Amino acid sequence: MREIRNYTINFGPQHPAAHGVLRLILEMDGEVIERADPHIGLLHRATEKLVETRAWAQALPYMDRLDYVSMMCNEHAYCLAVEKLLGVEVPERARYIRTMFDEVTRLLNHLLWVGCHALDVGAMTMALYTFREREDLMDAYEAVSGARMHAAYYRIGGVSRDLPEKMPQYEESRWKNARQVREMNANRQGSLLDFLEDFTERFPKCHSEYHTLLTDNRIWKQRLVDIGVVSPERARQLGFTGAMLRASGVEWDLRKKQPYAAYERMEFDVPVGTRGDSYDRYLVRMEEMAQSNRIIRQCIDWLRAHPGAVISDNHKITPPPREAISSNMEALIHHFKLFSEGIQVPEGEVYAAIEHPKGEMGVYAISDGANKPYRLKIRAPGFAHLAAMDEMARGHMLADVVTIIGSQDVVFGEIDR
Amino acid sequence: MGEIAFQFLTPWADGWFGALWPTVWLTLWTLAKIVAIVLPLMLGVAYLTYAERKVIGYMQVRLGPNRVGPQGLLQPIADALKLLFKEVVVPSGANRRLFILAPMLSLAPALAVWAVVPFSDAMILADVDAGLLYLLAIGSLGVYGVVLAGWASNSKYAFLGAMRASAQIVSYEIAMGFALVAVVMVSGSLKLSAIVASQQTGMGAALGMNFLSWHWLPLFPLFLVYFISGVAETNRAPFDVAEGESEIVAGFHVDYSGMAFALFFLAEYAEMILIAVLTSLLFLGGWSSPLGMFPDGVFWLLAKSCLMLFFFLWFRATFPRYRYDQIMRLGWKVFIPLTVFWLFVVAIWMLTPWNLWK
Repeated sequence: MREIRNYTINFGPQHPAAHGVLRLILEMDGEVIERADPHIGLLHRATEKLVETRAWAQALPYMDRLDYVSMMCNEHAYCLAVEKLLGVEVPERARYIRTMFDEVTRLLNHLLWVGCHALDVGAMTMALYTFREREDLMDAYEAVSGARMHAAYYRIGGVSRDLPEKMPQYEESRWKNARQVREMNANRQGSLLDFLEDFTERFPKCHSEYHTLLTDNRIWKQRLVDIGVVSPERARQLGFTGAMLRASGVEWDLRKKQPYAAYERMEFDVPVGTRGDSYDRYLVRMEEMAQSNRIIRQCIDWLRAHPGAVISDNHKITPPPREAISSNMEALIHHFKLFSEGIQVPEGEVYAAIEHPKGEMGVYAISDGANKPYRLKIRAPGFAHLAAMDEMARGHMLADVVTIIGSQDVVFGEIDR
Repeated sequence: MGEIAFQFLTPWADGWFGALWPTVWLTLWTLAKIVAIVLPLMLGVAYLTYAERKVIGYMQVRLGPNRVGPQGLLQPIADALKLLFKEVVVPSGANRRLFILAPMLSLAPALAVWAVVPFSDAMILADVDAGLLYLLAIGSLGVYGVVLAGWASNSKYAFLGAMRASAQIVSYEIAMGFALVAVVMVSGSLKLSAIVASQQTGMGAALGMNFLSWHWLPLFPLFLVYFISGVAETNRAPFDVAEGESEIVAGFHVDYSGMAFALFFLAEYAEMILIAVLTSLLFLGGWSSPLGMFPDGVFWLLAKSCLMLFFFLWFRATFPRYRYDQIMRLGWKVFIPLTVFWLFVVAIWMLTPWNLWK
């Protein structure tokens, strides 16, 4: 008699639903998954090692490239860690700006996630709707930092510059005439804050559009409900964080439990799921978007009323103003030391974590007193989530694996680092 | 028109063909009619892809093709040319003969079914008495192309796609067949032109409201089942598990390129048009106008088919994809019982004094 073997499929790394470079070895019995074995490392860029050879401030742009759909949140985790080691006080306005951009980033991340998740499950229109809103938020990134993705806007001790008074404008082209360009620029006439305020007013309508398309859709529910169920106990044991943990029914949000930036003064709710399936994860993230919108709105109101410094005036850590260099000896020395040698960070070790859109993003840094980190370890939330792949997918069908990958919201920039 | 041409040509064609002339004439005339059907059909397929991209584009707040030609109207031609000039790559592990045969096997039935489809009272290639049976028989042959393609590619993804396609088509054939049985019952004929004719009489038609006597109203559940089964038969969203690109990449045609791929594509779209036309013929009165005051004509058939095709595109832009087992469940546990039940209802209805279809 011939031996019966399981059907093994090599899912990825070149697969439209692999979200980058996931390679998944699926052992299947017909369409049913017997074992799912995720292989990682195809996007390994040795970020942690590279950082050891760079001055503290130079490590920041590497953080953008970890989870490349929630850039500023990664920067925030790194800045928090270094600031904790240095014991530097961040100006209040900078803390609000960070809070606002963390939430803009959360929206960016969740919008991409819901679009791609729906695309994986077959509802392709969703992706184009969410990209329409993402475009506006990307423009906010561009206005504040000059880059649409890898912003490198946060600095150790604050943020690189104050919010701009002008928004970038669309220009006429072969495909867009003057009238169309005027319409497209209509909400870009004021400052960045005006633009974002306009966005927060528009967004609830878009958000309800997403709900209309997906939330009560029978097929969407059939595909998501009871797929990849994780119990609260198991979710804790597996090291889940963020929306994955909350969907399983554990109320845990670092923004509430260990407030950083200006979160202790923000009013927002933390959505929690009950069943721990893909549909709950979907609902939790959808509600998080609405809450983010609320937080952005509160930040805008505060920022309008409170002008001020956006970066620490301790010039041992932050560069002195340009004009001071030509008149002030001390400023010149600081400038020279900062740009040749970098920040001197006192000896010690530190762990700082933030509520990243994907979960708890932590940076563990050891300093031996030199101008660069002795060791930097990044706690990527997606790593723990992906590790649960086998457990979540076992017994489900091939199409459900796609749903589960989608609901885990994995990005390989952070998992492989 | 055929008669006139025949008489006009006979005097000088007799000299060349002699006694064979009537046979030669029949062949030539049939060929001309085939070309007259296939050519517009292929053009229809080409511009259905264009319409699909435009319609879905507008639904997705984007523009769709707009670079090749005015409004992107030449895009389908450009696509066809590109596919024509691309190499047909046969994977080294594939079964070469079956690999080449599969796309042809998929396209041939999709074209052959058009032989019995009437476009109006006079416009029909072969007015077969059992036209509906022929349709069902040839229509289900198309799946062999898909199964062979999946098998011959010798790829795991393609194989899964073929398995899914065969299971799906087998189960939806049944629901589709049952839905048609009721149509045959109330029309009293298997002949497509007679089925259309039977929808032109009745209470609604007598009042000048033709659309009330079409089959869609009394057979409403079957109308829905037939159309949805049609969507499933053609492997279109939300039933496109056989090629679900986010699961098994492109399913059965993942290894096909160039013209071989184009043939699958042509077959899929030709079948889409076929389902739309058949739904219009069987349930929406074919070429009869919705109100008595307008004249009947092929125009109405076209308009109804376009409406049904629009539904195909709308579904694709709106719905997530079903999972393979959920499709099976829908087919076996919902559609088949529903059609059987309505079949009984119709049968009993026909025996009561309120029979609409005397």
